[in-house]
Amino acid sequence: MFSVDLLLNALVAGTLLGGFYAAVSLGLSVSFGQLNIVNIAHPAFVILGSYVAYMGNSRWGLDPILLGLAFTPVFFFIGVGVYRVYYESFERKDDEALRGLAFFFGVMFIIEVGLIMVYGVDFRSVQAPYIGQNWKLGGVGVPTRMFVPFCVSILMFAAVYLYLSRTFNGRAIMAVAQDRLALQLMAADPVRIKQLGFGIGIGTTALAGALLIIIIPIEPSIGRLYIGQVFAIAVLAGLGSIPGTLVAALVLGIAESVVSTFFGPSWAPAVAFGILLLALAFRPQGLFGR
Amino acid sequence: MTRERLLDARAVTKRFGGFVALDEVSLDVEQGERFGMIGPNGSGKTTMINCISGTLANDGGGIVFKGAMLDGKKPHERTRLGIARSFQIPKPFRSMTVLENLAIPLEYASGAGPREVEERGMAILETIGLADRAGENSGKLTQIDMRKLELARAMATEPELLISDEAMAGLSSTEVDDILDILFRMNERGITIIMIEHIMRAVMRFSERIVVLDAGRKIAEGRPDEIVNDPEVERAYLGE
Amino acid sequence: MRLDAFHVVAAAVALLGAAVTIFDLLPINKFAFFAGYVVLQYVVLATAWNIMGGYMGYVNFGTAGFFAVGAYTSVVLYNLMQAPLIVMIPVAGAVCALLGLGMGYLTLRLRGVFFAIATLALAIVLETLVVNWDYVGGATGAYILRAREIAPFGDYVEFLFFVMLLLAIFAVSAARWIERSKIGRGFAAIRDDEVAAECAGVPTLRLKLIATTVSGFLMGVAGAPFVLYVGFVEPSSAFNLVYAVNSIAMPMIGGATTWAGPLIGALLLGSVQQVATVTISSELNLLIVGVLLVFFVIAAPEGIVGLVRKWRGGGR
Ligand SMILES: Nc1ncnc2c1ncn2[C@@H]1O[C@H](COP(=O)(O)OP(=O)(O)OP(=O)(O)O)[C@@H](O)[C@H]1O
Ligand SMILES: [Mg+2]
Repeated sequence: MFSVDLLLNALVAGTLLGGFYAAVSLGLSVSFGQLNIVNIAHPAFVILGSYVAYMGNSRWGLDPILLGLAFTPVFFFIGVGVYRVYYESFERKDDEALRGLAFFFGVMFIIEVGLIMVYGVDFRSVQAPYIGQNWKLGGVGVPTRMFVPFCVSILMFAAVYLYLSRTFNGRAIMAVAQDRLALQLMAADPVRIKQLGFGIGIGTTALAGALLIIIIPIEPSIGRLYIGQVFAIAVLAGLGSIPGTLVAALVLGIAESVVSTFFGPSWAPAVAFGILLLALAFRPQGLFGR
Repeated sequence: MTRERLLDARAVTKRFGGFVALDEVSLDVEQGERFGMIGPNGSGKTTMINCISGTLANDGGGIVFKGAMLDGKKPHERTRLGIARSFQIPKPFRSMTVLENLAIPLEYASGAGPREVEERGMAILETIGLADRAGENSGKLTQIDMRKLELARAMATEPELLISDEAMAGLSSTEVDDILDILFRMNERGITIIMIEHIMRAVMRFSERIVVLDAGRKIAEGRPDEIVNDPEVERAYLGE
Repeated sequence: MRLDAFHVVAAAVALLGAAVTIFDLLPINKFAFFAGYVVLQYVVLATAWNIMGGYMGYVNFGTAGFFAVGAYTSVVLYNLMQAPLIVMIPVAGAVCALLGLGMGYLTLRLRGVFFAIATLALAIVLETLVVNWDYVGGATGAYILRAREIAPFGDYVEFLFFVMLLLAIFAVSAARWIERSKIGRGFAAIRDDEVAAECAGVPTLRLKLIATTVSGFLMGVAGAPFVLYVGFVEPSSAFNLVYAVNSIAMPMIGGATTWAGPLIGALLLGSVQQVATVTISSELNLLIVGVLLVFFVIAAPEGIVGLVRKWRGGGR
C-alpha cells in the first residue's frame, strides 16, 4: 500500500532520524575515522549518556538536554582516561588489532551489564515539555520528540565541525592519523592530540545519549543495535570525513524510515547492518572516497 | 655478452589520492645483473619495489617478469615466481624465533619439507651471520640484526631476483662490507639483485647499472661513473 | 599424524565420558550433566573462535550468529523431516562453514578491523532474518519434541553431554593439529605481519578463508544440538551476546596463541559461570566475565598459559 503521503512522512521522519544519527556517529567518526581507534564501545557510552539523563530527569525533573550538556565534560574526561589505558596497554605495543578490540568489547559489555544491574531491563524514558506533541504540516506529521533532538544534533554537529576545522588543536586531530610528520612540524604531541580527540569523541555521547532517550524509551542492551548504525555511517562517510558523516547519517535515517514504513519495523535493524555489509564488500572507501 | 631480460617494468605509475608517487617509471633488469636504484627521500623507490613485489597495485603501466605479465598476480605468487624483497622497515614475525622466521618462506615459497627446514634455515643464517641468534625471539633483535633477518628471509624464498630495500642503513662500515660480500656471492650464484641504498660508496661499488629517481620520475640511468657525473642527479641531491 | 600423550588423554576422556553416561559408573547427578554440557559447548566455541582470533589475529564478534545458525539449521531439519541429531550436526556445520566462507570472501580482502565490524553486523542481520521467518517460529521461537530417554544412555541429557564431549575432543584435536601444521605456521605469520607473510610466499587470502570456514564449521556444530538441549529456541536465546563474549573472553583469559588456552579458559570460566548462575545473580556473573576479559587483555596478554610459562621459566 504505497501512497505519496506515506512516502512524504517516511522521508521527513527519516531526515529527522538521520540528523540524530549524525550526532550519535559524530564521535565515532573522530575516534575511528580520524584516530584509527576501533571503539566498538561507542554506542554503549551513548546508552550510558541516556541513563544519566534518565536519572537526573526522573529524580529531580531536570531537562534531559541540559543534563546531556552538563555531563559532556565528565564524559570527555572518561574518554581521556579510556584512551590512556588503551594507549599504554595496546597502541604503544602495537597490539591494538586483537587485544585492543577485545578491550573495547569488554568495556562495552561491562557498561551494558552494569546498567542492567542498576536499572534492570525495563524500558526507561524521560519527561520534558517538548516531548509528545505532534505538529501537522499538510499531511506530514512532525513529532516534537524527533524535531527537538534533530535541531540539537545539527547544532552539536556544527559546533564540533567548526572546532575541528578552525582551531589549531582541531586541525591537529584531523592530521594525526594521516600525517605524523606534519604534526611534528606543528610541534604537537601525537599522543596528547589523540587523547584530546578521543575525549571529544566520548564527550559527544553524553548529549547524544540524552537525545536518544528523548526519541525512544531505552534499555541497556539496545546499544548494540546502534553499533550497526554508527559503523555503517562511519564507513559510508569515507572514514573520517565529517561532512560525509552528516550525509551518510541522513541517507541511513531515510533508508531505515522508508523500510520500516513499507516493510514493517521489524526489518529496520537489518537496514543499517545490511548497508554496512554491502559497503564493506563493495565500497570500503566510502561514498565519497575515491 | 648478451643476457636475457629478467624484469621489464614499463611506464609504471602509482598515485596516492591526488599525489603521483611514480610517474611512468620504466626499468629493465637483465638476468644476473647487479642493479642499483637511488634517489632522495620520498622519491618513490620503495613504492616502485611495492609495485614489483605486488604489495601495491600500480595504476598504470605493466611489469613483465621472465616473460610473464605480473599484473593481477598476488605478492605470494610473485614470490613463488622468484621475486624476493626485504623491507626497509623490518617486519619480522615477532612471535617466532629467528629460525622459525625462515621456516615460513622455506615451507611456503621454496617447498622445503619440515625436515629440511632446520638444515636449510641454519645454512642461510650461517651465511648472513645470524646463526648464533637462531633460537632468539625475532621481536627482540637489534635493528641491525632485524635488517639481516630481512635479507635472510628473502634469501630463503630461493629467489631469482632479490630486491634489497636499504638493508645497510645504520650499519658500520665493516658490516656494510659484510652485507656487500653476501650480495656479491649471491650474485655469483646467478641471482639478480636490485639494491636500493643511500650509502653511495656501497651502491657505486656494487652496481653495474644504476637508475636515479626523483619525485617519482626517472631522471637518469647508466653506469656508476656516468651517474656520478650527471648534472641532473647532482641537482636532485643538492637542490637548486 | 603421530600419536602422542595428547591422543591418549583424549581417548581416555572419551572413554570416561562413555563410562559415566552409558554405564552410570559414577553417582553423578543430572544437574552436573546439564551444566557440563554448557561448559563443553564453550570449549567448542572458544576453540573455534581461537582459530581465527588467536592463531590469525582476526576478531570475530559474531560467534552468536554462527551458533544460532547452527541451532536453527537443526530446527529446519527437524521441521522438514524430523532429522536425527547425527544428521543435524554435520549439516549445521556445513551451513556455518559456508557462511564463514562467504563472510570471509566479502570482507577479508579489507583491513582486519573491517572483518571484526562485519561480524558484528552479521549476527544482527541474521537475527533480523530469523525474527521475520515464520517457518522457524519467528520472534516467538520454536519447540522441538525430544524423547525423555535414549538407549543406551538412559537420560537424554546424558546423551547430549556425551555428544558434546566428543565434539569438544574433536574441536580441540583439530585446533591442535592445525596449530602444528604448515597451515598453522602460516596463520601465525599472518597474525604477526600480513604483508611480510604474503611476500614470504604465504597465500594469505586462501589461509584466511580456510580459517573462517573451519571456525564457522565448529561453531555451527556447537549450535546443532542446542535445540534438543533446551527443547525450545527463540532468537534472543540463540543469538545471545553471551556466546560472543565468552568465546572471546575464554581464549584471551586462557591464552590465545595455543590450543590449550581456550580449553583452559572455557573449562575455568565456564564452570565458574555454571556455579555462579545458581549461587549469585546471572548479571553479576556476566559482569565478572567482562571485568576478567578487560583485566587479562591489559595485565596478562598471554593469558593463563603465558603466566604459567613465565612462572616456569622464572623458576629455572
Ligand atoms: N601508502 C601510502 N599512502 C600515501 N602516500 C604514500 C604511501 N606510500 C608512500 N607514499 C608517499 O609516496 C612518496 C614516495 O615514497 P617512497 O616510500 O616510495 O619513497 P622512497 O624513495 O622509498 O624514500 P626513502 O628513501 O625515504 O625510503 C612519499 O612522498 C610518500 O609519502
Ligand atoms: Mg624507501
